[in-house]
Amino acid sequence: MTASFFEDFFYYLDRLIIPSTYATLRMATGTMLLGLAFGFGLAILLTLYNPNGLKPNKKIYPILNFFVNTVRSFPILILIVAISPLTRQIIGTTIGEMAAIVPLSIAATAFIARLLENCFIDVDKQLIEAARSFGANNVQIIFRVIIRESVPGIISVITMATVTYIAATTIAGAVGGGGLGAVSLTYGFQSFNNTVLYMAVFVLFLLVNLTQYIGDKLYKKFQ
Amino acid sequence: MIEIKNLKKAYNNEQVLKGINLTIKKGDIFGFAGRSGTGKSTLLRCINGIEHFESGSIIVDKVDVGTLDDKKMRTFRKDIGMIFQNFSLLNRISVYENVALPMKCWHYDKKVIDKKVDELLEVVGIKEKKYCKARELSGGQKQRVAIARALTMNPKVLLCDEATSALDPKSTQSIIDLLIRINKELGITIIIVSHEMGVLRSACENIAILENGIIEAQGTVAKIFKDKPEALINLLGDKGVSLPEEGKNIELLFSKYNNNEPIISRLARKLDIDFSVVGSDSHNFRDESITSYIINFDIKHMKDIEKFLDENNILWHEIDGNNNMEVNNDC
Repeated sequence: MTASFFEDFFYYLDRLIIPSTYATLRMATGTMLLGLAFGFGLAILLTLYNPNGLKPNKKIYPILNFFVNTVRSFPILILIVAISPLTRQIIGTTIGEMAAIVPLSIAATAFIARLLENCFIDVDKQLIEAARSFGANNVQIIFRVIIRESVPGIISVITMATVTYIAATTIAGAVGGGGLGAVSLTYGFQSFNNTVLYMAVFVLFLLVNLTQYIGDKLYKKFQ
Repeated sequence: MIEIKNLKKAYNNEQVLKGINLTIKKGDIFGFAGRSGTGKSTLLRCINGIEHFESGSIIVDKVDVGTLDDKKMRTFRKDIGMIFQNFSLLNRISVYENVALPMKCWHYDKKVIDKKVDELLEVVGIKEKKYCKARELSGGQKQRVAIARALTMNPKVLLCDEATSALDPKSTQSIIDLLIRINKELGITIIIVSHEMGVLRSACENIAILENGIIEAQGTVAKIFKDKPEALINLLGDKGVSLPEEGKNIELLFSKYNNNEPIISRLARKLDIDFSVVGSDSHNFRDESITSYIINFDIKHMKDIEKFLDENNILWHEIDGNNNMEVNNDC
């Protein structure tokens, strides 16, 4: 019994868990890279045009705000199926890791943009006035003052987003994205194989904790 | 140097500044006093264009602030330094980086920046903290860094918005001393906004008291304190000294010109009357101090005392029991 358990364990580890862990990591990394790139840009625009921002704009801000709210109001599973036509246009298919990255990174963009916006808007108003008082322009205020002052905040936003979107990749797995989510559902839950199910969950537990640990360390370092 | 004419500003239909007229001389240390919400900080921010105003004009060293476009405004602001109540430093970066920030925004050469930072940290007296992070400093030290940063562009004017309000009394005094030194040595015109009369008294030559968006009183600090206009009394609040209801109460004011003379004892001896001292106070100004005594006496001596005080050129006020003062004499 014990011998066969370990046999199974290593068999699953080698055949299922390790490859799907890589798949999950690839999806999460791709999602975070795209989400950060677009989310950062969007956050800067939101900060600039926010009614309390550097250059309030009553036309552009509501449009950006509407986009962020709309994307954020879709549960991730629904977003994945809802924008599958768009995914097919971009990737050519709706199945697989690449296809999962499209909806995930759109969701991550909105998520990260909103959190970063909150973080940037929170920077002390007098600090921004001080920057204006020595003649800094808006771009300089954003890059030399606001972003610099919010580095710890940015780190915790990235940590939080990474944890959230590691979890989201497993949901994408349920609708053809592959990775640990797909393995734990198909090979674990639906095949009544608890070993696989809990192995997959344990790897996710490790990934999330490791991310949080690194995030906390960096936060302390840059505070 | 700075000429403000009929300046008006409103926030969401609420008129904050209702026609300010003011001239500030070059090299002056000028104070705006007033309670919170009287528009003094707004007025200060209009001077360097951080706040826009609806009508009127501000002319700073021949530049009409209201007419500047975005780019000219930024260049203009190089001439006006500003410091704030909560110091407005980037807390995560070093003192050096904080002071260098304006020069980096204006793309100065690295060598010029290094030299200027050292020079200014010397002026404000925190050279040894150059590589410390801003958040490791005490309040007084932070304000010194902020002053150094405000001086990087060689401004002609330095605006101080409640710059000492977050500091303890000792740091407050050291910052005031520093501002006075900067004013004298670098010839920078300084405008101080504060709700603390003590700060304005020890730092400023001239002050204006704002109330409900207009200037209620204006003049040299000593004159304002001698005249005690209503705006000053509103600002300082009723001290609530309870005075005897019988007899007459008057307040005598002594400045450094007559402080040393034994007026009070002479008054008693010469007129051969008795009176009691029922209150006293003293105020220190930048280069003057005023001591006041409130004396109470029988009403029948009023004429003699009045004559004696006027002959000796003593400034005095009559005070009734409710502590409302009436100015009877101007020196």
